[in-house]
Amino acid sequence: MTQLFDASVPSSDLHNASGGSGALNRRTFLGYVMAGSTLVVAADLATGRPARAAVPSGPQIPSFYDLEDLQTDSALPTSALISVTITKQGRAQFALPRTEVGQGIMTSTAMILADELDLPFDKVDVTLAPARPELLLNQLTGGSNTTFSTYTPIRVAAAIARQQLLEAAAILFGTSADRLTTIGGVITDPAGNQVGYGDLAEAAASQVVKAVEVTLRPRKEFKVVGRPRNRIDARDAVTGKKRFTTDLQVPGALPTMVCRAPEHMGTPKRLKNRSRILRMPGVTHVAQVPTGIAVRAKTFGQCIDAIRAMDVDWNPGTVSGESDATILSKLRAAELPLAVPDVPILAETIETDFAFAFRSTAALETYSAIADVRPDRATIWAGLKVPILAQQRVAEAVGLTQEQVKVNVITSGGSFGHKLFGDHAIEAAQISKAMGVPVKLMWHRADEPRQGRLHPMATSRCRATVLNGQVLSFEQRHTSVTTDFSHGLGEMITSQADELDPLGLGGLSFAESIFTLTQELPYNFGLVTQLLNEPLEFEDKFSTGSMRNIYSPDTATATELTIDQIAKKVGKDPVAFRLEMLKDERVKTALRKVAEEGNWGRTMPAGMAQGVAIHKEYKGCTAVLVEIDCRPRTVNRDLGKETVTGPRVTKVVIAVDPGLVINPRGLEAQMQGGAMDGIAMTLTSSCHLRDGHFLEASWDNYFYTRQWNVPPKVEVHIIKSDSETPGGAGEAAVGSTAAAVACAYARATKTMPKFFPINHGEISFKPKTFVPPIPPSPTNGLKLAR
Amino acid sequence: MPKQTFILNGKTVTVNVNDDVRVLWVLRDLLGVTGPKYGCGINVCKACTSHINGKAFNPCAVRVGDLKPKDRVTTIEGLAKTTPGDLHPMQQAWIDRDVSQCGYCQPGQIMAAVALVKRVRREGRDIRESDLDTIRNICRCGSYVRIREAIEAGARAMR
Repeated sequence: MTQLFDASVPSSDLHNASGGSGALNRRTFLGYVMAGSTLVVAADLATGRPARAAVPSGPQIPSFYDLEDLQTDSALPTSALISVTITKQGRAQFALPRTEVGQGIMTSTAMILADELDLPFDKVDVTLAPARPELLLNQLTGGSNTTFSTYTPIRVAAAIARQQLLEAAAILFGTSADRLTTIGGVITDPAGNQVGYGDLAEAAASQVVKAVEVTLRPRKEFKVVGRPRNRIDARDAVTGKKRFTTDLQVPGALPTMVCRAPEHMGTPKRLKNRSRILRMPGVTHVAQVPTGIAVRAKTFGQCIDAIRAMDVDWNPGTVSGESDATILSKLRAAELPLAVPDVPILAETIETDFAFAFRSTAALETYSAIADVRPDRATIWAGLKVPILAQQRVAEAVGLTQEQVKVNVITSGGSFGHKLFGDHAIEAAQISKAMGVPVKLMWHRADEPRQGRLHPMATSRCRATVLNGQVLSFEQRHTSVTTDFSHGLGEMITSQADELDPLGLGGLSFAESIFTLTQELPYNFGLVTQLLNEPLEFEDKFSTGSMRNIYSPDTATATELTIDQIAKKVGKDPVAFRLEMLKDERVKTALRKVAEEGNWGRTMPAGMAQGVAIHKEYKGCTAVLVEIDCRPRTVNRDLGKETVTGPRVTKVVIAVDPGLVINPRGLEAQMQGGAMDGIAMTLTSSCHLRDGHFLEASWDNYFYTRQWNVPPKVEVHIIKSDSETPGGAGEAAVGSTAAAVACAYARATKTMPKFFPINHGEISFKPKTFVPPIPPSPTNGLKLAR
Repeated sequence: MPKQTFILNGKTVTVNVNDDVRVLWVLRDLLGVTGPKYGCGINVCKACTSHINGKAFNPCAVRVGDLKPKDRVTTIEGLAKTTPGDLHPMQQAWIDRDVSQCGYCQPGQIMAAVALVKRVRREGRDIRESDLDTIRNICRCGSYVRIREAIEAGARAMR
């Protein structure tokens, strides 16, 4: 895989310009100097992608063409320019057509620019671009794709800026550009004369747009990329200055919330006590919208009080009467058969069968958006990973053209897939239009697991056949409630249909295509098939989306647990067996690293065990070793009511090979956070469907990892990669950690878990009311001060 | 409408609002002090954690009418002013360890951490792993490991 993708990188990067003939081979890129009073340069976002080589034969698609490529190739026919401006103050400005949700891409992008420009990091200003309709699909943040798809175009733009500045300095000093050097934003000639970029910004500007060629700086000249760097917003985050959507002060945009139906995806019939609600303290407006009854007030607290006082007639939801058990049995009935492969009669069969609960994709910042809808225009402020699609849907929802809607992208308080959809922006726009005033919409926490986007319930069955220590076949059938991909990835697939046809994706649904593009079992297991079925009966029944790492946490948990079973059957150690069967050297290196650093095989007390798993996706791979404590005194820790304890993962060792690393510190954070997600998915976090309602309404109900379940030891080892391109890091540790925890749990308890998370069978909390749909605000906070 | 008076980040403030509005909304919606975040409104997620008279509290769960004029409310915006230097040692520890990811929970995390360190000091001891386990603040980015490291470093610097 690496080999193939190295071909997409300018070969020049592998050579030093000063290396004689290497200079002649350096690949040039085309970019533009834009017309302006200061230096503005631009590059096409599609820069750096070659025509694709012939599709090699191979058992699985992701090894040569995966979700990263799909997203990156979607840029090709629809690409547009990204620009870098050099100001008279010597600063570089760049508006990134992606969104920052905590993953650190504003920092890593500034690092790439700093190196290619040879400008100090603190003189690079990266902001988030508003919705740019001309970018079409090239403004989607997801699938761990940002750095992979923007790395080369950003470098090209920066290299042109540096080249233009060098040429302007050459005129100033009466010399030629190749006799000048740059260091930290200052150009020096052989006589020692110096000039800063800012002083050249006007001289380097152009009155007309012109195309220019440029070569990129060799990697060995990088001073910033590859070295740990703190986030650019670190200080703002710890001083309270960092602004999220609800922190913005937009004139007239008063707090607004929505009273939602008791049942999942229920809708309002009518509000029966409207005049009483309008008389409540602080309330200014009430309006019915498709999703519920909206109320606008001077404070959010008064919105909460108003919602609790509302008397509403509701229509039933989309899954009235359904519960976890009924959905699970429908999924079981829809499972695709495991084909009996043609294997020798003496082959032994290993079969496994797992189910996975619904999970909430919600971030800590609940869905929120500011909307100001007027008769002839609308303005939106929101955290959005696909702002162009939100712009289109807002326009449709309020009867405006796309050009009449301005969408400002605001840094988000987390995403995890949640902000791929524009639900919050669309709802805010509908409310603003209905009320005729600007609104600052915020969802209540209780709204999120009950009505917000869910990771779908799924089953995963595996069957392997084994003979003489060899695996002859490995089949996986994943059956899932429909995953909603109508946030842009689906459109990408449609737009790439011709290109994808040779890969055999024609005729597959969006979801099946995504599955095929992300799943890869990198073992020599003979005949391997991994198939997804998302039965049509679930279409539009649940509000779903792709949570961080999409299908992989579930599929990896199923496959890696099965692989442990196969290893046991053939009498091999789980690490030794995997090393023997793995195809890919990068994965093997990662696995060896965690086995060594994590002291694989060490003796542990009864009730404790190690587990190990690997995952290969997004042009990179991870291996994870965990240790788990399932002893009663740990499992039964009593930390008060509605406090889930259970088994504790005591140690996590991660080895990651992500390709070229831009910011090792940011990568470490992504690995640690991914591990916390993986622990939650296997042990504690799920939503319970009962009679058409989701029970969860609080972080003490939906149990994401908390401090008392955080492993005391988490190590991240970054494997030095010879790759010249960055892979995707945002999701890489989730699936492998979820799987490793499951494997460790199985070993520690000597049981085979069948349902995830393992605690889904018991409900550890008293469900909050459905009418009213949100809990009252407590008043005892002073007594609890400590 | 009743007048509500309390000390906010060192200055006396007076707001016209009903007694039963929770302090979080007085801070955020009426006074424009947005460091304390909303994450649940029911004193579970702890994203709004601030200090009252030096102790951690959650303004989402306190009626503004229950504040007394002499009550000192400190939010993340006022934390640095409680110690010498332009940042509180705990804020500096957060920056040194690059704790924040999306940053939404971090004001509450830092305020909870400072109060925790002070509390164990009042008990005459240093912070332990088991103390860190009691922190209820949610970080959905999963920055918990760095939070633990930063609290230990911040505690050392708070001496």
